[in-house]
Amino acid sequence: MPTDLEMGVFVFMLATFVGLEIIRKVSPLLHTPLMSLTNAISAISVVGAILLTGSKDATFLSKVLGFIAITAVVTNIVSGFLITDRMVKMFKKREAKK
Amino acid sequence: MAPHLVNYLYIISAAFFILSLKWMNSPSTSRRGVFIGEAGMLIAVTAAFIKAQPIYNLPWIVWAIVIGTVVGVPIAYIMPMTAVPQRTALSHACGALAAALVGTAEFYQRQPRASTLLPGFVMVALVVETLLGFLTFTGSLMAMGKLQEVLPQRPITYRNQNAVNFLLFAIAAGIGVRMVLVPTDTVLFPIFAVLALIFGVLLIIPIGGADMPTVIAILNSYAGLSACAMGFVLGNNLLVVAGALDGSSGLILSIIMCKAMNRSFTNVLFGAFGQVQASTAKHEQRTVRSASPEEAAQILESAQTVIIVPGYGLAVAQAQHKIRELFDNLTRRGVDVKFGIHPVAGRMPGHMNVLMAEADIPYDRLLEMDEINGEFPQCDVALVIGANDVTNPKARTDKGSPIYGMPILDVDKARTVMVIKRSMNPGFAGIDNDLYYMDKTLMLFGDAKGFVSEIVKELPARAAA
Repeated sequence: MPTDLEMGVFVFMLATFVGLEIIRKVSPLLHTPLMSLTNAISAISVVGAILLTGSKDATFLSKVLGFIAITAVVTNIVSGFLITDRMVKMFKKREAKK
Repeated sequence: MAPHLVNYLYIISAAFFILSLKWMNSPSTSRRGVFIGEAGMLIAVTAAFIKAQPIYNLPWIVWAIVIGTVVGVPIAYIMPMTAVPQRTALSHACGALAAALVGTAEFYQRQPRASTLLPGFVMVALVVETLLGFLTFTGSLMAMGKLQEVLPQRPITYRNQNAVNFLLFAIAAGIGVRMVLVPTDTVLFPIFAVLALIFGVLLIIPIGGADMPTVIAILNSYAGLSACAMGFVLGNNLLVVAGALDGSSGLILSIIMCKAMNRSFTNVLFGAFGQVQASTAKHEQRTVRSASPEEAAQILESAQTVIIVPGYGLAVAQAQHKIRELFDNLTRRGVDVKFGIHPVAGRMPGHMNVLMAEADIPYDRLLEMDEINGEFPQCDVALVIGANDVTNPKARTDKGSPIYGMPILDVDKARTVMVIKRSMNPGFAGIDNDLYYMDKTLMLFGDAKGFVSEIVKELPARAAA
């Protein structure tokens, strides 16, 4: 059986190639929304922050740092997705809204 | 049951994120992409709550989520589109800070039982996570300061800058290696963190305003990689996937930006653009032709095809809505109006497209450099607004020029060129633009917003006459 590390590296390798292929196809029109979207997605570290803060072993330091971390990434998630949506909504084809 | 459920939720969430990015390939599917990304995030957070059961310190978590939401919503709705680069830099800082802090907390919490909880590879990942996290945090704050113009946009340089940076990085890396070998040595951690924080500042201050699109993309990549490293620390593949997606996205964007400026990564990071040119920019007196809004309106009116080239100056002047009026007016007269957008126009990748879209300009009128360049020779008027270096013919002809080799918009091939500019001051690169001295070029001196609205005012009046 592969270890966690080996599985992790494997997943990382695949995800990087998938990422490179997908992102290359993103229209340059949408590079700014793309960046705010990936930013919201990388706020997935909220999972790590919740597990850290919610664990029964959490020390006071962990709780404080975890609290700041959750606040920071939730800000990213909320503002990241909302502003991306606000931006992509603005892209309209010709005469689409007349 | 619960652990399996959590893992399957993670898998669904990762698939949703991949779809989310895939659907960003076209404006027609992009909204769907945002929704599925949100769904993926919701599933991931739900999974985290299930996994954390029995959950402790719930009030801490809930309050953090509430505060984050209360702060995040207004940011998303109030932020003007011209300030999106700043917001992006800020959110890179937030994401990186979170990764760094979680890494720090994990270190101190696990360190008493280091032999079982901090095996070598976990410690390597933890060092990478906190190093990238802290340096991206301060680096992004510096980038944000430059974009917000709180900090000077010109490169801040001093002697032996690269040597100092390298030395600092070497010390930090050395401490990192030592921490991997002896994780119980807690004294080193704060030193390591502080060095990473300082390194982030030093890395960004020598970079000039015009290089911000590349820098933001690189910081985006770092923020993603630090989340990815957190995935390795926690043994969580969802974090690895999402972090890798963000990391590769930042990487691709920074490569595109570098290519668009004909420069390499190392050159952007260590080149301190804008330094060399100061000596070469001798101000020889050459004459330019200038024109009034009335004359400009006359020329635009009699044109059949017009290509507008927007640049950062347009964003600064908030002129996008006025441009829309000009676009409407000319289109109604049967003039074919297109926009030529250079990849590094603006302060982050794709920034100009968002501003034009905000002003309701249909996106099929926004053309990339490669698409539009063939059209300049047949174009009656090229109207350059707030762009400079990306239109400078020196990039094609002058081997000595610092921007030589940079792909540019071939504005000089149009029959008539009009440039709206505040003054003859050179742009960020500090290079004189030959375009302005050509016989077919008319300089329209003034504020982009003011000048465009003057032109628009002239147009209907002339039609009535």
